[in-house]
Amino acid sequence: MRSPAPFPQRGEEIVWIYEKKLQYPVKVSTCNPTLAKYLVEQYGGADGELAAALRYLNQRYTIPDKVIGLLTDIGTEEFAHLEMIATMIYKLTKDAKPQALKEAGLGEHYVQHDSALFYNNAAGVPFSATYFQAKGDPIADLYEDIAAEEKARATYQWIIDMSDDPDLNDSLRYLREREIVHSQRFREAVEILKDERDRQKIF
Amino acid sequence: MANTMPIEYYQQLEEIQAVDFVIDELVLYLDTHPTDQNAIQQYNHFALYSKQIKQKFEESYGPLQKGSVNIRQDYWAWSGPWPWQV
Repeated sequence: MRSPAPFPQRGEEIVWIYEKKLQYPVKVSTCNPTLAKYLVEQYGGADGELAAALRYLNQRYTIPDKVIGLLTDIGTEEFAHLEMIATMIYKLTKDAKPQALKEAGLGEHYVQHDSALFYNNAAGVPFSATYFQAKGDPIADLYEDIAAEEKARATYQWIIDMSDDPDLNDSLRYLREREIVHSQRFREAVEILKDERDRQKIF
Repeated sequence: MANTMPIEYYQQLEEIQAVDFVIDELVLYLDTHPTDQNAIQQYNHFALYSKQIKQKFEESYGPLQKGSVNIRQDYWAWSGPWPWQV
């Protein structure tokens, strides 16, 4: 049985509404295109924020009702993270001259895109829908979601290890912690569905 | 474009970010604990508070989202600055 729909709250309308703010402040200490090159892994990489948002929002249509809200809210939050990553990349590269981009390994990027952002990973491979699945099996989909969060958490850690920008690392640590929270919520969702499945077997 | 906004802009924005973070956390928690009355009460409290401080922010710096009133009659404040420009 469906539970009655709650009255809509601000920001939870049936369409996506852009809010003109970041979820968490983003400051960068200095122009640093090398760091931007690494960060783009979380922009257009396999375990990045775009893949996460598209994966969760797409799974909602065939997942049991009890998990739709969670996928909607986490999927939407991933777009907020995407905006934070884009802000970091933009701020780290906006004052970089072509020569500085070249020295950071972004010469090829400059030739293709000037200073524009592009959905590719840290090695320059363009984004692909093959980075995620939709299996229709709720447990299989949720296990993929948990794995995705753990991989994203690990990626944030590796970027923090490579970074010498204390301001940026503050924002990166925030994003790393969000991956942990999301992973834990997805684990709860698995338990909710298992409980429901077991109840159906008994009665 | 960086750091061209008055200090109050950053202070007010940071409070909004903090309050909305509480809401984000409560929403995800409630998604998996939908009958927790204490959490629902906290959610409603912060939802109302967020609305109030956003309205105050918007009076000085323009709409945070479409549907909010553009107080200034002579300028469409949605035009900027954008989050990556401040």
